[in-house]
Amino acid sequence: MVHGEAWTLKEFFVYPNEYIYWSIQIVMYPFMTGLVAGAFVLSSLYHVFGVKQLKEIARFSLVFSLALLPVAMMPLMLHLQQPQRGIYVMMTPHFTSAIAAFGIVFTTYGLIVASEIWFVYRQFIVETVLELRARQQRSAVESARLILYSLLSMGAMDLSPEALHKDERAVAILAGTGIPVACFLHGYAGFIFGSVKANALWMTPLMPVIFICSAIVSGIALCIVTYIITMEIRKRIFARNRRNNPGLPSTEELKSAEIKVVTITVKYLVMFLVLAITLELLDLIFRTYTAVKSWDILRSVIYERDFFKIFILQYGLGNLVPFIIFLRPGLTIRRALIGTLLVLLGVFMMRWNVVIGGQAFSASFSGFMEYHLPIWPSSVELFKEGLFGALAVITTPFVLFFLVTRVLPVFGVQDSH
Amino acid sequence: MINRREFCKKAVIIVGGIALPLSALEVFNPKRLLAEKDGNGKVRWVFLVDVHKCVGCGFCVKACKIENEVTYDANVTRTWVERYVVTKDGRVNIDSPKGGRDGFTTQKIDQASAGLKEINPGEIAKAFFVPKLCNHCENPPCVQVCPVGATYQTQEGVVLVDRSWCIGCGYCVMGCPYGVRYFHPELHVAEKCTLCYHRLCKGMVSACVDACPFGARLVGNIRDPNDPVTRIIATEQVNVLKEEFGTKPQVFYLGSSMEVK
Repeated sequence: MVHGEAWTLKEFFVYPNEYIYWSIQIVMYPFMTGLVAGAFVLSSLYHVFGVKQLKEIARFSLVFSLALLPVAMMPLMLHLQQPQRGIYVMMTPHFTSAIAAFGIVFTTYGLIVASEIWFVYRQFIVETVLELRARQQRSAVESARLILYSLLSMGAMDLSPEALHKDERAVAILAGTGIPVACFLHGYAGFIFGSVKANALWMTPLMPVIFICSAIVSGIALCIVTYIITMEIRKRIFARNRRNNPGLPSTEELKSAEIKVVTITVKYLVMFLVLAITLELLDLIFRTYTAVKSWDILRSVIYERDFFKIFILQYGLGNLVPFIIFLRPGLTIRRALIGTLLVLLGVFMMRWNVVIGGQAFSASFSGFMEYHLPIWPSSVELFKEGLFGALAVITTPFVLFFLVTRVLPVFGVQDSH
Repeated sequence: MINRREFCKKAVIIVGGIALPLSALEVFNPKRLLAEKDGNGKVRWVFLVDVHKCVGCGFCVKACKIENEVTYDANVTRTWVERYVVTKDGRVNIDSPKGGRDGFTTQKIDQASAGLKEINPGEIAKAFFVPKLCNHCENPPCVQVCPVGATYQTQEGVVLVDRSWCIGCGYCVMGCPYGVRYFHPELHVAEKCTLCYHRLCKGMVSACVDACPFGARLVGNIRDPNDPVTRIIATEQVNVLKEEFGTKPQVFYLGSSMEVK
């Protein structure tokens, strides 16, 4: 069977070779890179612009950004027909292609995130090493931890105030350079689509900017969701442990701290949400008004075939409803959670409507293609480009986040930053 | 005694110093410059389709599939034939069942999942067939977007794919406005019409040109003023497809109509 035939349903006249070649994994790709970029920007708001209220979520989102990073590449590898050759993009980049820069941009960004985390956690790492070293008797686990943290410290054991001050400056510089790089990483994902002149829906110079804004929105939203969930788990654990250790903060204390962080973060979310919607609507209005050759077919895709996905799921449930939720006074944790989950749905649907919607019509403008997401993975291809492949991509960052936080805890760490 | 810092410094200077002139050699490689598409080689292959002569028999599609070992029954093809049936009310009906491989044996229009559409012969204003293939553009968007340079243009203007280097990302497939690219069903790499480059290099013509019983398909060298194809393009009213994309397509259509997509 031809690649794409399993999930493409053609209607009217479509060129014989046309199928939906870019399917669910290419929806996941901008969605995941968007989350990476957004999480990083959120952490930078604290490190660079000194938004003090975001201190707690800043560390959290930075580590989350690290956990998301390898996952941004996963959908691409799952999508490639020759994944074993994926490394060629780094080896023989052909720079007239927007994808060719991916390796470089991605690596640069990865290095920035990794080194920023190192500077943020250096004090913690060194203190752990010193504490473990001081012990007379060490269990096997503790010895392993000592080796791990000693390696992580890379021999930089200086904890003098000057050294810590230098760490702080390094973090600020890295976070500062990280913002444009994060925006570039994602804006460039938008460029990959926006520069395809053969596709009437994708080709717009607004695409990179729209992608950046929605990326930040989704990144912040995911950080809030994960933050709320983690706090919920902490509350449970603390409530159980408080019997033995009355010094732990009470549920009420945790709750009030949590709502403060969530409220302020939501404000930034709303700000970027407004920007994202404005640009998306501008694009839509512009297309309607200019009504160039492709408009006839685009109109039938946007206003008829994909109406539910675009106007109900994306703009309605994904934008308007959370907007109302966030702007009503007296935000609660539960409302914030519902709102941010809806925002994530909205951004996901936006990616879907761009990637799949862009292939919903034939380049002949005389026919349509409908996408049927493969559910049951009866072959490797149907797994990779189906529901289970997408689920694998979605769950991986949470597993990684769990693993990373075993080594670099995001809560209750003493530091000067 | 040289210390570590000095050693590193010197190593960087020496490596950099050697790399710089070497890279200049690479940049000014005259052989490569000659191979660039703008080089004024003696040959630039172009294709000419005479729409008036095509009867939609599908021999070209068959010949192409056999010659180039494109999986015969797979629903992809390097070249195909479209049927246009324009009714008196101005409606344009297009189809290309199996790429027109087996000819057009029914008068009903194949509308894919929307079924077969019957058209009253009395309502038909005009009908014609249009063969399609890769346009071997002068400014090929597929070559531009390939992230690893696996798709390239030869000195003679033919756009080819290096099957051993294609990573299968599909960017070229998305970048082509003409829909001529697809993934090879068995090799899983980008696949397209090569204008039968292997035959052209041996002085033969493309398989579809050979197979066409009516002379609707011709291949020629636009740099040769005496080539019959060049003469037709220079003197008659020919057209190209989707000129607005700026791809400078090199497949010319004689007798094409505005309905052609």
